[in-house]
Amino acid sequence: MTDFSVVGKPVLKVDSLSLACGAARYTADYEVRDPLYLAFAYSPVAHGDIVSLDDSEARAMEGVVDVFHAFNTETELFTTAGQGYPEPSPYDTRLFNKRVRYAGEIVAAVLAGTRSEARAAAAAVKVEYAPLPALFDPEKAMDKESPKVHGDDGAYAPLPVPFRPEENVAGEVLFSFGDMEKGFADADFIVDETYRTHYTAHCALEPHATSAFFDEKGRLVIVATTQVPFHARRTVSRVIGIPAHMIRVIKPRIGGGFGSKQEIILELYAALAAWKHKRNVKAEMSRSEVFTAARTRHPMRVRIKTGVKNDGSITALDMGDVMNTGAYGAHALTVLSNAGSKVLPMFNKIENMNFVGRAVYTNLPIGGAYRGYGATQGYFAFNQQMDGIARRLGIDFLDFVKRHHIREGETSEVFKAIGEGTEGVSQIIRSCKLGECIDKGAEAIGWDRLRGKKVTNGPVVKGIGAAVSMQGSGIPQVDMASASMKMNDDGSFHLYVGATDIGTGSDTILSQIAAETLNVPLEMILILSSDTDLTPFDTGAYASSTTYVSGQAVLRCAEKVRSQILSVAEKMTGATPENLVFKESRVVNTATGEETSFSDIACFAMYSHDQFQIQASASFTGSESPPPFMAQFAEVDVDTETGKVRVVKFVSVGDCGRPLNPKLVEGQIEGATMNGIGYALTEQYLFNSKGKMTNNSFWDYKLFGTLDMPEMKTIVVDSDEPTGPYGAKSISEIGINGPAPAIANAIYDAVGARIYDLPLTPEKVLKAIRARTEG
Amino acid sequence: MKGSFLVNGRTNEWAFEPDATLLDVFRANGHPEVHRGCDEGVCGSCAVLLEGKLVNSCQVFAASAMEKDILTVAGIGTIHEPHPLQTAFVESGAVQCGFCTPAAILASLALLRRNPNPSDEEIHSALDGNYCRCTGYVKIIEAVRLASRRMSSHD
Repeated sequence: MTDFSVVGKPVLKVDSLSLACGAARYTADYEVRDPLYLAFAYSPVAHGDIVSLDDSEARAMEGVVDVFHAFNTETELFTTAGQGYPEPSPYDTRLFNKRVRYAGEIVAAVLAGTRSEARAAAAAVKVEYAPLPALFDPEKAMDKESPKVHGDDGAYAPLPVPFRPEENVAGEVLFSFGDMEKGFADADFIVDETYRTHYTAHCALEPHATSAFFDEKGRLVIVATTQVPFHARRTVSRVIGIPAHMIRVIKPRIGGGFGSKQEIILELYAALAAWKHKRNVKAEMSRSEVFTAARTRHPMRVRIKTGVKNDGSITALDMGDVMNTGAYGAHALTVLSNAGSKVLPMFNKIENMNFVGRAVYTNLPIGGAYRGYGATQGYFAFNQQMDGIARRLGIDFLDFVKRHHIREGETSEVFKAIGEGTEGVSQIIRSCKLGECIDKGAEAIGWDRLRGKKVTNGPVVKGIGAAVSMQGSGIPQVDMASASMKMNDDGSFHLYVGATDIGTGSDTILSQIAAETLNVPLEMILILSSDTDLTPFDTGAYASSTTYVSGQAVLRCAEKVRSQILSVAEKMTGATPENLVFKESRVVNTATGEETSFSDIACFAMYSHDQFQIQASASFTGSESPPPFMAQFAEVDVDTETGKVRVVKFVSVGDCGRPLNPKLVEGQIEGATMNGIGYALTEQYLFNSKGKMTNNSFWDYKLFGTLDMPEMKTIVVDSDEPTGPYGAKSISEIGINGPAPAIANAIYDAVGARIYDLPLTPEKVLKAIRARTEG
Repeated sequence: MKGSFLVNGRTNEWAFEPDATLLDVFRANGHPEVHRGCDEGVCGSCAVLLEGKLVNSCQVFAASAMEKDILTVAGIGTIHEPHPLQTAFVESGAVQCGFCTPAAILASLALLRRNPNPSDEEIHSALDGNYCRCTGYVKIIEAVRLASRRMSSHD
């Protein structure tokens, strides 16, 4: 392996000391001069037309400046999804809709002198609704007699993708290859099961916020909790009608995103209010508002029908997904397609495959991007299905997976079949150490010692389960990143990236790539991300794209800077390029031993003759999306008297190419894993019969804390991805895919009962144990 | 109303509404290092030390904290002179988005002051009121262990 000096090292996260000392600034920390505050009124009904809205009492209240709603604020149709342009999500919403489509939809925004004045006035906005029959069951969405959530207001898809509001279909993904009929006919037995996943929230600890203020030239500066500053500028411009050149979006430090901030929500309302009144505006969501007014993980019903031969080969696989996108179709098509495209290539030897996926509207909260992005839902079903098949065949699950999983040098028809609302991009897997991940994880969890042993302690039975998954590294031929860089006269470099560090550590990773390429210590790279006035374009922090896509942009940019340094050094020393080599912060003439410091080179370029500043920019779009791979293992104790499941130990083993910063890689895996364990066991939206969320508080929506956590073990298996910057692939999302199925498989291992619906609550486990005992 | 607040060793005269929380007062008066995560007393992002005790400042009426000794993370160390706990969090990779970090450091400080060599169980117990969505807590626990080793060896 090549010897690197900065990449592959656990260098300190570049912003971490500032964060640990409380010096770093988040959106709500921005001091805005003389601001007005926004507060919102929400629909209590799940489906209905606003017959009348009376804001007179609110307007008369202390401090109130304005009240915005559907009867005084018209906007065109758009999507809040922060995606490339045009978005693959339907344009099916307005800033204020005259027809409300879920309990919790924003119906009015109040602008007032203080936050409490705004909130009090929002509560005084009187709205009269003509209720419509509501649709809560996604699996009935396509029934003829079901209420229609859209179709009344001209909603359309800006890309030529399937969109049929008359059937409640917000998106559809279909593909097929091989001969399904023959495949199932060749099978010795068929396994046909249905799995269901649930509504959950990201719970980034920083609630959504926006501070909008005017600069000295009268331009609107929007500081926002965003993963997508450039998409935010574009969408605000289009929806509010402010010329884009009059908008600057700044992404400060972000308190976690996980997909929740790939959505443009508060930015729009704050810009509307600020632009109309030419006043500075602050808006912050409360925690309960984040649960219902921001976005969620799309629930999904996944049916998998598999044809299997007694020799263990799989002759056909048919996957049928119904995904609940809620009231609006943000990310509907693409999350749905990922449930197929990120899952089905895993077993690439299956010759006959069919995928039918539909994203359907309901009168429930809005789905959105969430770490894992459909793959999480798909893998919950896939791994349980394969565990069941392996058991029926009498084959060890891990041996079964190793026989079927995709390997280096192989491809899958699926890559070509599904893209982002278009055909996909064919690719060959160039790095895959999944086999090694499985072996190392099996050893760490004690697979041979504990699997199937049902070690019992009173009413508590131990079980072991596993799950495998893959993700991607950006959206191929879609995601684009740019970087620019300039050299300073002390030999340091400013690096400007549109890539959006939301707590992931991408500022550090990208700085490491630049430092490695230029042979300088990390502290000589001064990174700035992201500001639409200062940094070049980047699609943003999503799709596990930053290390791979933005990393390549930085690498290319740094290589250009490096060659400029070299040519100045040639001019300064008269040496031939073959004799010049880079050493730390200097260029050495190997013929003479003469050393020229970067500082001298930068000064020569700036001050001597033919002056110029050493600087460059570069862009990159991936032509493929190399998947990271992961094997995850759960050891659980199931209490057969109460149904309570305790995760005792959890092991995650991942291949993300070359880990550019091993500590950050582990941190991504550990965070995703813990999030996934909560997803599996305790986190869920509860609704009353009228579709209103009843547990929109951290008191009633249970996140895992330090007393809940199992023993955690994380192992990183190095591979070398030839298309990645310094061999890297992605790591940020994949770790959330395995916990739910690994735990479900472990429960089965302990008590012989399979739970098909998330979350895996004591009630369901107990019911399944009793059904098995009685059955 | 008006009151005197002793924050990080400095006395401040601040005006505030009678129903304002300590968190409201911090955020209105130049202490953005105290973070509002849930405003309902669960996530712990707003925790500070009040007379040495860890409290969620969103659950404390400002009026009840007047004249009392209050410590925020900015009071224990700075970028130029960090506290060993701040350094330990950085070196352990315990800081991702950093939103929970100031409060988690204060929770750790409260623990180490009363128990310089805590067991893992005691660390888990002391930090259970501080949600973190990024790290899965693994490296936060490691950071507290590291700081405990370093701080007790200095004693």
